[in-house]
Amino acid sequence: MSAISVRDLRKSYGTYEALRGISFEIKEGEVFGLLGPNGAGKTTTIEILEGYRTRDAGDVDVLGFDPERAGSAFRERIGVVLQQSQLWPNLTVAETHRMFAGYYEHPREVDEVIAVVGLAEKRDARVKTLSGGQKRRLDLGVALVGDPDLVFLDEPTTGFDPAARRAAWNMIRSLRSLGKTILLTTHYLDEAEQLADRLAVLREGLIIREGTPAELTGGSSETEIHYRRDGHDVVVRTTEPTRVLHELAAEALAEGRELEGLTVRRPTLEDVYLALTAEQQE
Amino acid sequence: MRLFRHQLRWEQRLFWRSRESAVFVFLFPILLFALLTAVYNGHIDGRPASWALLAGMIAYGAANTAFAGLAITLVSRREIGILKRIRATPLPPPVYLAAVLVSITIVFAIQVASLFALGRLLKSTPWPGHVLSLALALALGAAAFAGLGLAITGFIRSLEGSSAVLNVIVLPMAFLTGAFGPTRHYPQVLRAIGAVLPLKYLLDLIKGIYLHGQQFWDKPLAIGVLAAWGLFGMVVALRTFRWEPREG
Repeated sequence: MSAISVRDLRKSYGTYEALRGISFEIKEGEVFGLLGPNGAGKTTTIEILEGYRTRDAGDVDVLGFDPERAGSAFRERIGVVLQQSQLWPNLTVAETHRMFAGYYEHPREVDEVIAVVGLAEKRDARVKTLSGGQKRRLDLGVALVGDPDLVFLDEPTTGFDPAARRAAWNMIRSLRSLGKTILLTTHYLDEAEQLADRLAVLREGLIIREGTPAELTGGSSETEIHYRRDGHDVVVRTTEPTRVLHELAAEALAEGRELEGLTVRRPTLEDVYLALTAEQQE
Repeated sequence: MRLFRHQLRWEQRLFWRSRESAVFVFLFPILLFALLTAVYNGHIDGRPASWALLAGMIAYGAANTAFAGLAITLVSRREIGILKRIRATPLPPPVYLAAVLVSITIVFAIQVASLFALGRLLKSTPWPGHVLSLALALALGAAAFAGLGLAITGFIRSLEGSSAVLNVIVLPMAFLTGAFGPTRHYPQVLRAIGAVLPLKYLLDLIKGIYLHGQQFWDKPLAIGVLAAWGLFGMVVALRTFRWEPREG
């Protein structure tokens, strides 16, 4: 079953084409990452799926609804974390959750949600006293309080310190284990690689690559071999690493020298991503 | 209805918990009344000055609460993304706006009751005679100013400027229309400006009812002008109201 199905989605702002015909499917229970640089169309895409924006062309199905026309029944089933938003500074963490819980037919237990996002100790603290990372967790808690089937996370860890990012990742993994479908946008590659079952790389309004993180890195076939010789760095890129490495090693052995600083690495998602997003700019 | 009651309860909690709104929106007209009655003596419009000032502060309170207070609340929520966030929930936008409007009306009603009680305490001002007429006049005034308050949010771009912009509108309006004292000795041009502003007509209604024993419907011109301003506000609001901050 598809939770989200998008066919040839297009959107322009004036003469600027933000989305130039993108298509993808997200299965139920899947974590799908939309990856791309700023201005690639990530937020436009997610906001069309959330029902905030209208589309110019294409078919969009989210949980069986057309988000453009959907009403409360659709919103009962989605949770949204916006890229930039704040909540009422004078309410406490628990009050903020209770207020949002009241909007849903079947909300989750407020204290349970607060525990899930790791704010139990801050339960009765005013929102204005929370740190940036804690506020972002509050955003996530508020998105989960309606017990949604589908959660939209628009750059959920932008501005986090490394520890807070790890904590957020664990939280997102725990959502996945609850069977929620998650659509995540990010410009952090490690985040996409860590969290997403599948991802699409978006550039200038087009999806330029799609697949699992392993497929994306596997799709690029070259392996890099680095070593130093006579004080110079040598880099060999090859599609046959076994043979090349064997030859290099045999040669070095025969001459009685060491392959100094030898590393053999597969391209990371970051290499693939940078190569993909750089292509057009050259 | 359940959603409306839920939101109304939370709107009230949000209002009274915020020091800014409790002091500047609720308390300010009451403090101003205490101050003005201490410096004005004698008579205004053939009634003790404190009576007329009480009518003036109620009218000013309507503009301050239903227009400026409402607009600041909505602009601040829009700019920090709360309005957008609310739109992703099952709470229907009309229910949300209705709860916000009714909440601000409750604040205004408590403010009016407090003004009457304070007037009684400080200057032995009488309780209002025609309570139903007064309630109708205040409801119309609050509705008209709320319509204008919704309309102006579309023209305020940032939270920082909002209270300055609104005070630049509300305070001169209160002076020009006589809410802070008689305008008899004002230059003709200032009085002419005052004569087109909605606050003048709300003040006329309140004074007629409270000071001169008239009924609500004895002032059809004032009712018509207020209703027209309110409708104008609603029409503009329908075209310019935004749920999201402006991009970029």
